[in-house]
Amino acid sequence: MNVTTPILAPGRLDVARVREDFPILGETVRGKPLVFLDSAASAQKPRVVIDAMRETMETQYANVHRGLHWMSERTTDAYEGTRDAMAALINAPDRHEIVFVRNSTEAINLVAHSFGRGILKPGLAVLISGMEHHSNIIPWMMLREAYGTELRVAPITDAGELDMAGFEALLADGKVGLVAITHMSNVLGTYTPAERIVQIAHAHGAKVLFDGSQAVVHRRVDVQALDCDFYAITGHKLYGPTGIGVLWARRELLERMPPFMGGGEMISSVSYERATWAEVPHKFEAGTPAIIEAIGLKAAIGYVQSIGYEAIAAHEASLTEHAMARLSAIEGVHILGRAQDRGGVVSFVLDRAHAHDVATLLDRQGIAVRAGHHCAEPLMRRFGVESTARASFGVYTTREEIDALGDTLERVREFFA
Amino acid sequence: MFDDLRDLYQEVILDHGRRPRHAHRPEQVDATAKGDNPMCGDRVQVFVRYAPDGSIAETGFDARGCAISIASADLMAETVQGRTPDDARALFAAFREMARTGVCPECGGEKFDEALERLQPLSGVHEYPSRVKCATLPWHALVAALAGEKESTSE
Repeated sequence: MNVTTPILAPGRLDVARVREDFPILGETVRGKPLVFLDSAASAQKPRVVIDAMRETMETQYANVHRGLHWMSERTTDAYEGTRDAMAALINAPDRHEIVFVRNSTEAINLVAHSFGRGILKPGLAVLISGMEHHSNIIPWMMLREAYGTELRVAPITDAGELDMAGFEALLADGKVGLVAITHMSNVLGTYTPAERIVQIAHAHGAKVLFDGSQAVVHRRVDVQALDCDFYAITGHKLYGPTGIGVLWARRELLERMPPFMGGGEMISSVSYERATWAEVPHKFEAGTPAIIEAIGLKAAIGYVQSIGYEAIAAHEASLTEHAMARLSAIEGVHILGRAQDRGGVVSFVLDRAHAHDVATLLDRQGIAVRAGHHCAEPLMRRFGVESTARASFGVYTTREEIDALGDTLERVREFFA
Repeated sequence: MFDDLRDLYQEVILDHGRRPRHAHRPEQVDATAKGDNPMCGDRVQVFVRYAPDGSIAETGFDARGCAISIASADLMAETVQGRTPDDARALFAAFREMARTGVCPECGGEKFDEALERLQPLSGVHEYPSRVKCATLPWHALVAALAGEKESTSE
């Protein structure tokens, strides 16, 4: 439990030093030090992100891609710099493949609308999994209603892993045009076997979209190594601001896809008779974008890279192992999902106590967890529960915080015994 | 450790949350309605049997939810028994005020004194804005059932 020791080895995360980067971690809640175990819902922001956004507004703010003046040029450079930073982060071969969106929900809706209606044919199917967030379910249901595509759901095992035989069987008839699946479950913490998914899907003629909302926070994502076709990212879970996310897609797909929303920025020329579209990615970026937020996201990317994914992954693996052991040792606690390959998200139920009551009692001790269905109602039903409590970890999470959760849960259990 | 939480989780709430007395479907059901809170996934179905004079003879429920919502449904079933639908609605208005603010200074007079005293342990939710709906959810379903509707809309 010597987490406050300075750096012990290269690639090791010094959590005490990391915590100093997050101003909010000095706050108290109900008179107790904040124990923030809800990073999977939205992560806290390091000072570099806060400063980058404030400095932009204080020193160089103007609209982008428009004004022929100094402020606009500076802001455009900074804003476009995020495209380069994100391309480097996920090893995208071409910066034009980075499309700015509000969040991963919008990224998936963009694909459902533009790829779904532009390239998928009615009668073809979209294949999702049984552990998706509503944001990777509803857009495909809406496409089904509007356009006549089929929606298939690949089963998951009791351990909370993708049932690969069931997955492959659903591709067998060759009717699946797109596999849309999470790269890491926001409820179970499960990493899906992304490379294998892509190999199998491509062999059956299907494109692959990964919902990377959680995964890119915790491990290095290389879209070329994955060989996928679409990758959805949200900024606010990656220690960046809300309102900015990214869709990565292969350029040849983006070229073929019709625009998502119409407006300024996305056009090349306009008359009342016809309009032509701007080049990729601007074709998909109608309207004034989230400029300040994009600049904040670049600072967040830089922050994550300064720590390094190896250190982040090692830190979170150690925390997750500790949390699984600590919570499993509490009588009456049941953890959902026991995937072999998992990240720092642990959902659990406690006998005789509802998740909301658990969360309220934890909150009284300054411990923030999420309670509810986690926007994954079908997954909750798969495991026969209405709701769970969920603890999730970030770069600033300590073993002591997990111990505080465990100790408090024991009191909660006694309270409801 | 949770001494200050005894305001919210008074013994009567823990007791009714753990061992509700009215968590069943009456043999005869004259009206029923469901309520759900999509934000948290709590669900309740309330069943009503009327007496020949039109008053509420019996209320039962089937609920999935937290201790607060179960206890509230159970205490509701207790306190509306024998009341006319109009009185049940008036009692809900008084209770809702209490759940939101912690007090209900003008709560319909003597007629409701005893009932509101029984419901008073739930007033602690007013300090937890996200939990107020837990306490009012079963009442919304009851009022919908009394109006002959199948589903309630909670605010």
